[in-house]
Amino acid sequence: MYRTKKYLIVCLAIIIGVFTFLPFLWMISASFMQTGEANIYPPKLLPSKIDFSHYKTLFTNLDLSRYLINSLIISLGVTFFSLIVNSMAGYAFAKFKFSRKKSLFNFLLSSMIIPAQVTMLPVFLMLKKMGLINTYFAIIIPGMASIFGIFLIRQYALSIPDSLIEAARIDGASEFLIYRKIILPLCKPILVTLGLFTFMGTWNDFLWPLIVMTDSSMYTMPVALANLMGEHVQDTELMMAGSVLTIIPVLIVFLALQKYYMHGILMGSVKE
Amino acid sequence: MRSSVNIKILILFLGPSLIVLTVFFFLPVIAAFFLSLTDFDIYSLGNISYLRFVGFENYVQLLNDPLFWTALKNTFYFVLVGGPLSVVVSLGTAVLLNSKFVPFKKLFRLIYFLPVVTTLVAVSIVWKYIYHPRFGLLNYFLSLFNIGPLDWLGNPSLAMPSIILMAIWKNFGYNMIIFIAGLQNIPLELYESASIEGANAWQKFKYITIPMLAPTTLFVSVITMIGYFQLFAEPYVMTQGGPLNSTLSIVLYMYQEGFRWWNIGYSTSIAFMLFVIILIGTIIQFKLQKEKYV
Repeated sequence: MYRTKKYLIVCLAIIIGVFTFLPFLWMISASFMQTGEANIYPPKLLPSKIDFSHYKTLFTNLDLSRYLINSLIISLGVTFFSLIVNSMAGYAFAKFKFSRKKSLFNFLLSSMIIPAQVTMLPVFLMLKKMGLINTYFAIIIPGMASIFGIFLIRQYALSIPDSLIEAARIDGASEFLIYRKIILPLCKPILVTLGLFTFMGTWNDFLWPLIVMTDSSMYTMPVALANLMGEHVQDTELMMAGSVLTIIPVLIVFLALQKYYMHGILMGSVKE
Repeated sequence: MRSSVNIKILILFLGPSLIVLTVFFFLPVIAAFFLSLTDFDIYSLGNISYLRFVGFENYVQLLNDPLFWTALKNTFYFVLVGGPLSVVVSLGTAVLLNSKFVPFKKLFRLIYFLPVVTTLVAVSIVWKYIYHPRFGLLNYFLSLFNIGPLDWLGNPSLAMPSIILMAIWKNFGYNMIIFIAGLQNIPLELYESASIEGANAWQKFKYITIPMLAPTTLFVSVITMIGYFQLFAEPYVMTQGGPLNSTLSIVLYMYQEGFRWWNIGYSTSIAFMLFVIILIGTIIQFKLQKEKYV
């Protein structure tokens, strides 16, 4: 009885694992199939021979490298600037004393319930007026501050002892030097976590880049892929190769730093 | 606590984030509300003097717009069926991975989590082919049990369930991590004393696990609901809202009205309706949870 139960549980875990993983396996496998090989019945799980031609097509005829570079610049840009901006604000909310601090912070937190879609049209019109549509700035500038990011840093910075900051002040360090030399190094784990969230969130984002990048040369990977899908819907193997290339960068970053990512989910889920 | 910092320092540290949030979030929310009271369209986009203030006309029109009701109905279908299913699968897999019988817990957790971090557009494309009526893996798998073939995304009554299935696959890992942490915070003594009193596994789950997880469940339900109300990329990539508008969601409708037809006033009123719905949904969930457990 005890043994059967044990085997049942392990089997169930394996079955769920297989179902979770199968779409990825098939995607990778189909991306190496020859044209048309993924469209036969019964479906083939493995390519008859490894064929790189779809990857080659993506880079030569379809200029995928351009979209990869766009995605990289945007994701790294948002990550870099938002880390600076959010860490400064998060530190201020954690350690500075000023009137209305609590009500301001609570106001920010409660406005997290407003869905981003509400602001999209006004921000689009504003960026259009500023001539920033079809530029990297259209994604980087609005992404520079996030309430979630400020919240995450603040939660972490609260644990830094006041005495440390006080001592530095007595030694004559300026507020900016304290931030730069004490706070940032101590906050490194949470900065990695937030950086990871921001990078992956920006890389995977679809709706906003779809709206502000109207010129095809400025598409990000997900937008380029969705657009290719419209034109090459019959070309299963090519679409799978495109999907693999869209997923791989985030996957590498995630696998290298998953500890921080998982930690971030839990940090974000425990308020106060 | 430190003494008050001077205002210059405060501006230096808080200024950048508050300026960005004000210019790109708070003011646009207010601007959106005003836009939703106008007939801003493609003509006003060219010449602002065509802009007319119409009061709540857009909202009235919205309530008389069959497409809006369709989008609303579809989105509620997705949230009310997909949301709870998604939470149940997350809880189930969390309990499973918390079991002492499962080896390689970290590996399983990682595999279950992979769909969460992968790009939604890419996996939507993969699933579109998995759902292919003739060559898709799903129909092949079902044919082994003499079921099908079914036209998953082409059949109006199957398209939304298909999107829900994919959304559950994509998202359950995130909530699973939160549930695992919640499960590990339940004191083991509770289970031990229940065992001594002769409680079986189901009773322990029902009378210890579920109540102890209530705050976690509330959090998970609220973020899942908020996320699911914003359904967009899956129908955009997989079905374009079809067949027969059966997967047209509120955000997809907002996108089409605003950024394809440039009915900006009308589109922002759709966005505001989404906000109000999410707000009401969140309040209801908090109320329900309170009545049950506090």
